Amino acid sequence: MARYHIAVIGDKDSVLGFKVLGLATFPVDSVDQARTTLHTIAKENYGIIYLTETLAASMDSDIARYKDVLTTAIILIPGKEGSQGIGMRNIKKAVERAVGADIL
Amino acid sequence: MAATVVNPTRMELTRLKRKLKTAQRGHKLLKDKRDELMKQFLDTVREVRTLRSQVEAELMRVHGSFTVASALMSGAAMEQALMYPKQSVELDMSFHNVMSVNVPTYTYKTRTSDTSDIFPYGFATTSGELDSAVEALGDVFQSMLKLAQIEKTAQLLAEEIEKTRRRVNALEYVMIPNTQEAIRYITMKLDENERSTTTRLMKVKDMLLQQALEEQKARDAEALQNFQ
Repeated sequence: MARYHIAVIGDKDSVLGFKVLGLATFPVDSVDQARTTLHTIAKENYGIIYLTETLAASMDSDIARYKDVLTTAIILIPGKEGSQGIGMRNIKKAVERAVGADIL
Repeated sequence: MAATVVNPTRMELTRLKRKLKTAQRGHKLLKDKRDELMKQFLDTVREVRTLRSQVEAELMRVHGSFTVASALMSGAAMEQALMYPKQSVELDMSFHNVMSVNVPTYTYKTRTSDTSDIFPYGFATTSGELDSAVEALGDVFQSMLKLAQIEKTAQLLAEEIEKTRRRVNALEYVMIPNTQEAIRYITMKLDENERSTTTRLMKVKDMLLQQALEEQKARDAEALQNFQ
């Protein structure tokens, strides 16, 4: 059993609180910065990476790269701006991928 | 079409028949696997949907609390209060097998086991709102971890289902019909060969009989002449 860390990537205000819980927080200002951070820490020992939806909206291809990687889970969470339904949409996409149609 | 390149021999026929049998068995097994995976996947997805909406709602509440807290305190003071976390989390990942798909199971270890002992700041200089925000975040974290686990499971299952479905379809619509076609072709070819052999033999037999008859006739005519 290996030890992993948990990371949170998002804008400064959204990730601030997670620091208290002992998660590794990576405050970023731009999508580009988020992208580089994501790829850097995905190579390191992070098992779960929480990413705010606001950033995830323009990082589709970057996230897709880790979709089938067993030890890196990228989970979208709503940031300060509120939920944009991207997380839910991704579930829908997974269903479409598996079944061929959205049946739920 | 595969039938055009096969050798119409008995050996090839036996080989193809064996191949067809294997393909059909594989097809059945994969189909069963796909159905079971689908069942598991749909269960997981339903769970993900409910948990996600719950986590999203809770997180929004937490963000709200943090916003209130930051309104009551200066940004610098708040940052200072949260700068050095007391708590640290380590994630243990083990795997379990769902229909040959490895999916992760997370358990986490915290440095301090007491959940109320996570405040990294003194209470004198911070507002009470911050305390409740941090506490609420601590609560929602459990659900977030669970969400991460089942959402990853759903993603991995979706991938496996896609793969299995393709295999099932390839077997069902390409491999098995092609093999059946080839078998039919060889059978017909062999039958045709057999028929042509039979007719050739009949023809040869006719010719031999004809010859024997004529020889007999000649001998009879000769005998008759000698007799007279």
